[in-house]
Amino acid sequence: MRRERVPIVVIVPAAIGAAFFILPLLGLIVRSPWRDAVTALTAPETLEALKLSLLASLSATAVGLVLGVPLAWIYARVEFPGRDLLRALTTLPMVLPPVVGGIALLLAFGRRGLFGSWLDSSFGITLPFTTAGVVMAETFVAMPFLILTVEAGLRSMDRRYEEAARALGASRWRVFTRVTLPLIAPSLFAGAVLCWARALGEFGATITFAGNFPGVTQTMPLAVYLLLETNQEASFILSLVLLLISLVVLVGLRHRWLIA
Amino acid sequence: MRNRIWLLVAAVLLAACGSSGGNASTSPSSSLLSGYINVFAAASLTASFNSLGVAFHRASPGVGVNFNYAGTPTLVTQIEQGAPADVFASADTTNMDKLTADGFTSGSSRTFARNQLEIVVAPGNPKSITGLADLAKPGLIYITEGPTVPAGKYSLQALAMAGVKVTPKSLETSVSAVISKIELGEADAGIVYTTDITAAGPRVQGVPIPAASNVIATYPIVAVKGTRYPDVASAFIAYVLSSTGQSTLATFGFLPPS
Amino acid sequence: MSLEASIRLTLGPLNLDMEITIAEGEVVALLGPNGAGKTTLLRAVAGLIPFESGFVRLDGKVLEDTSTNKYVPTERRPIGLVFQDYLLFPHLDVLDNVAFGLRSRGMPRGAAAEKAGEWLERVGLRSYARAKPSELSGGQRQRVALARALAPEPRLLLLDEPLAALDVTTRAEVRRDLKRHLMSFQGIRLVVTHDPLEAVALADRLIVMESGRLVQTGAPAEVTERPRSQYVADLVGVNLLRGEAGNGSVQVAGGAVVSAAGAESGEVFAVIHPRAVAIHRIRPEGSPRNVWPGRASHIELLGNRVRVRIEGQVPLVAEVTPSALRELDLIEGGEVWLSFKATDVGVYPA
Repeated sequence: MRRERVPIVVIVPAAIGAAFFILPLLGLIVRSPWRDAVTALTAPETLEALKLSLLASLSATAVGLVLGVPLAWIYARVEFPGRDLLRALTTLPMVLPPVVGGIALLLAFGRRGLFGSWLDSSFGITLPFTTAGVVMAETFVAMPFLILTVEAGLRSMDRRYEEAARALGASRWRVFTRVTLPLIAPSLFAGAVLCWARALGEFGATITFAGNFPGVTQTMPLAVYLLLETNQEASFILSLVLLLISLVVLVGLRHRWLIA
Repeated sequence: MRNRIWLLVAAVLLAACGSSGGNASTSPSSSLLSGYINVFAAASLTASFNSLGVAFHRASPGVGVNFNYAGTPTLVTQIEQGAPADVFASADTTNMDKLTADGFTSGSSRTFARNQLEIVVAPGNPKSITGLADLAKPGLIYITEGPTVPAGKYSLQALAMAGVKVTPKSLETSVSAVISKIELGEADAGIVYTTDITAAGPRVQGVPIPAASNVIATYPIVAVKGTRYPDVASAFIAYVLSSTGQSTLATFGFLPPS
Repeated sequence: MSLEASIRLTLGPLNLDMEITIAEGEVVALLGPNGAGKTTLLRAVAGLIPFESGFVRLDGKVLEDTSTNKYVPTERRPIGLVFQDYLLFPHLDVLDNVAFGLRSRGMPRGAAAEKAGEWLERVGLRSYARAKPSELSGGQRQRVALARALAPEPRLLLLDEPLAALDVTTRAEVRRDLKRHLMSFQGIRLVVTHDPLEAVALADRLIVMESGRLVQTGAPAEVTERPRSQYVADLVGVNLLRGEAGNGSVQVAGGAVVSAAGAESGEVFAVIHPRAVAIHRIRPEGSPRNVWPGRASHIELLGNRVRVRIEGQVPLVAEVTPSALRELDLIEGGEVWLSFKATDVGVYPA
């Protein structure tokens, strides 16, 4: 079968681009001390950070779904003045440096923040330095991914399926749960996975808003950063673990998240 | 015409030599120094070293000094990973020893200052902290630096000596981070250096720690191996150790090396 | 028991202004060219698009009325809707698709599955109960869509171009099945189509729409024998003229006077079958009273017939045999004379 040759103008930059991503991964694999891998991975601080990371990132994804799907639905289905501005605001964390996000969270939900001060004076609840704070920071940076993906899915689905369901007597809630959600399931899944992956890797907003304490707020990325100063090789191994988790996720998704 | 230009050049050179020649405490060849150096200094040296840098440049206009401030362990990591540092000023001897043992230093390090700890609180001391024991008050949010940051290590020592048991709510990566959070009002108290409190001015307030429970931090400085401008590096170090440099450091609250 | 609707709405370039009444027992086909507004009207009756003014009443109950601001949402109307591309839920199997309407109206799972199974049996697809819609052929999907719409026993059945998505060979067979199912359905049936064959085969009454307005309504035979628009005339394949009648002749647009038996008075339509139009190279003598010069602008071979479009004072389409064409030695652009008898002109009031 005749195959068309790829022009050299395309191959060379593409190869460089690929190398740009492959080399760091290779670097981590080569420099990681595989003999000490097990010790590093099973050290109590590591396990604690891993457990906290999984708990926080899954919670952030859950919050993202509960709050993000309705937002995505509004963006895709409802026209109202200021919609574009609102959408831009809720996707801003995607382009904002995470530390900036952390500062913004402090100014809103910190002890002296707009809303946080009320929380503190009325209920004695403070969010910084708590695991809840970690979840908030992660949700802040990761939810936009979910919103965008789900919105795209809602826009691209054939809305006549919803009309067909209505003509068959389904209430609006039933249409949403039995027809709309299943039809956008691929986007929903892709959005949730992207949200989870982003939440798992979050660092800047977490350390600024939630602080750093083992077992409470020290997630894997924070642990790696600190290990870099005390036990470099252990930090390589943990970095590799984080990198591999993300890789598995993205390979698993393959092209699904591109065609929402 | 050409003769006149040469005369002008000679005059300028002589003038330059003459202006720096009278100051015996600066490096003898400072007026002819050129190049630029990157100084990696502990976060607690931010204000004082910025001031030293300005003065150093004024004395030797041909040199440029860039500063990189961070928690001391972070700086060590950066240098060991190949960051272009020419001078390293550490907030303790442990980190300096590590860098030396790993072979990244040139020449031996010299102690240039000492520091001591002080409790930092918001202006007005709203939680009425009087000493280390108050840090364990229920409901108080106490934060400190991580145990690998010199200030963090020392605060643990101080608390141990005073017999106070308190768990921090966060282990920040530098004294600057601790001060920021106190300033923002997110935390009630932290332990930093006296110099940090001086540098922060009216933004924070300090509560002194008595000498019996206080820890003295030793700050060594060294030239980094492989610096492109070893003359400039040693000139800067010499300036820090000079009487001018020392008096500048004293105004910021540092204790003399011995 | 009936459907009464009066709907006025604007959707893009379409200005819809229609009134329809369908009695129980009638199968009505909405016929018209693309863009006439047939599907829009159907969707408006279903409650899927808002309209500017009007009402929809089913069995005497008001489903929508702009004068009183009453609106019964689609999901509470007792209707069944079959879409042009069926829209079977891809994530449910065939049985669950058919049971969807039953489950939505509160029937418990077991009962719904049983009823759905019966309907599948009725359309001959019981063995496909667990298959996914993507595994079915077009004709099978159409039957499932019909079963799905009928299972909740609606009062009004709306079908939007039910055979359009099928290829020609499947269409005839499915049309027979569809007719059978429509016959056995008790409620009111409204079918939208652009295919006259479909309309005539399925319906008792035709409603012809063009540009959002009613053009003609009546039994298929009447509509095809007495077309009242160029569209229907073209569909049926006859010549249609319109003009003022008086004493055995009709003055058509352009001034020509056509002799037509039975033309009394008033505004009339005149219909002439192409086979009744004869073509001559020279002006014919003899009995035909209608003789006109013209030019053959278009010649089309259709199987064993030839259709010749003749432009002139009385533009008509004539139909001849291929051998006749050869004898005439006629090519496009050639000058001809056409003639037809006054008795071959069908006249009826406009």
